[in-house]
Amino acid sequence: MASEVHAAEGATGYIIHHLTPLHFGEGFWTLHLDTLFFSAVLGGLFVWFFKTAAEKATSEVPGLVQNFAELLIEFVDNQVKDSFHGHSKLIAPLALTIFCWVFLWNFMDLFPVDIFPLIGSLMGIEYLRVVPSTDLNATFAMSISVFCLIIFYSIKIKGPWGFAKELMFQPFGPWLLPFNLLLKLVEEIAKPISLALRLFGNLYAGELIFILIALLPWYIQPVLSFPWAIFHILIITLQAFIFMVLTIVYLSMAHEDH
Amino acid sequence: MSINATLIGQMITFALLVWFTMKYIWPPLFDSLEERRKKIADGLAAAEKGQEQIILAEKKAKGVIKEAKEQSSEIVTLAQKRANEIVEESKDTAKKEGERLILAAKAQIEQEIQQAKEGLRQQVAELALSAAEQILGAEIDKAKHQDIISKVSNQLG
Repeated sequence: MASEVHAAEGATGYIIHHLTPLHFGEGFWTLHLDTLFFSAVLGGLFVWFFKTAAEKATSEVPGLVQNFAELLIEFVDNQVKDSFHGHSKLIAPLALTIFCWVFLWNFMDLFPVDIFPLIGSLMGIEYLRVVPSTDLNATFAMSISVFCLIIFYSIKIKGPWGFAKELMFQPFGPWLLPFNLLLKLVEEIAKPISLALRLFGNLYAGELIFILIALLPWYIQPVLSFPWAIFHILIITLQAFIFMVLTIVYLSMAHEDH
Repeated sequence: MSINATLIGQMITFALLVWFTMKYIWPPLFDSLEERRKKIADGLAAAEKGQEQIILAEKKAKGVIKEAKEQSSEIVTLAQKRANEIVEESKDTAKKEGERLILAAKAQIEQEIQQAKEGLRQQVAELALSAAEQILGAEIDKAKHQDIISKVSNQLG
């Protein structure tokens, strides 16, 4: 990406400005402060909300907060029960965290594109990109974590040798070992990449379209941004849901012994 | 736009969030859900049990009522029977009493008839005697003809 072309003016400059993160440091050790900040704040929001509900949790008539939290818990639990048949203390909370966190990331997309950068510029912050899921680092961080869990559980459940056997001898038997290995490696590596890129691609494109709409004359903007925002409500939920369900499916595959 | 150290930061945040959810959020909420589910199930079961008990109690009550009805009708029948008996008895007594009274009356009548007869006989004898006296005049001696008079008097009786 052309993140270095800060100086460009006009439409291109506007777009690039909006898609450039607030960064700090050089080379690999660059930190996208906005991504880190907003995802941490949203994560805190998620944890705070559910912690409030959990503290007040009772088996009597639930309050409004508890009701909503339980709605999500049951929803996630049903998804987990549908595709995962083993027993794991991690998967359901993991799925809940992924669903809520990704949803909150994506939700930032629904704020008007200029609000946060405007506030930022008033505070002297030049670049601000508020949707963490439009940062590959955020989506990859999550998908790589999931990938590590897949590998961890594969080895834990099937044993190192069992996992190695699965990589080498499936699906075509021992005679096509190199081919099997290649196929399996691609299959495994495709998991985190597809997870991360799907989320990133959808949200990046969505954000870009909001930015493009924001470039139009003000009297056209509502006509376009309103339906797009409504459509986006579906997209952000769907992407969060897909990320969660695929995580559950991948982990249940890791738990299944062939 | 490139992969950089942000990735590591995000992974750490993610790990912390997952750990926190796993430790402090999921278990209490899920347990309260389960507990409520159990409570509701128990409540439903109890309600069903109660319903069954009501049906049982109703059956029992019906049985008791039926028994009571039978008993009462039995009692009524007995009482009627007894009443009939009493009526019959009193009828009998009354009849006997009447007969007795009639008999007594008859006896008294008989007695009175006898007394009247006796009286009449006396009077007839006296009349006959006085008539004979008047007819015969002083000729008949009361002492001489005493046994004739008593014979006549006896024949009249």
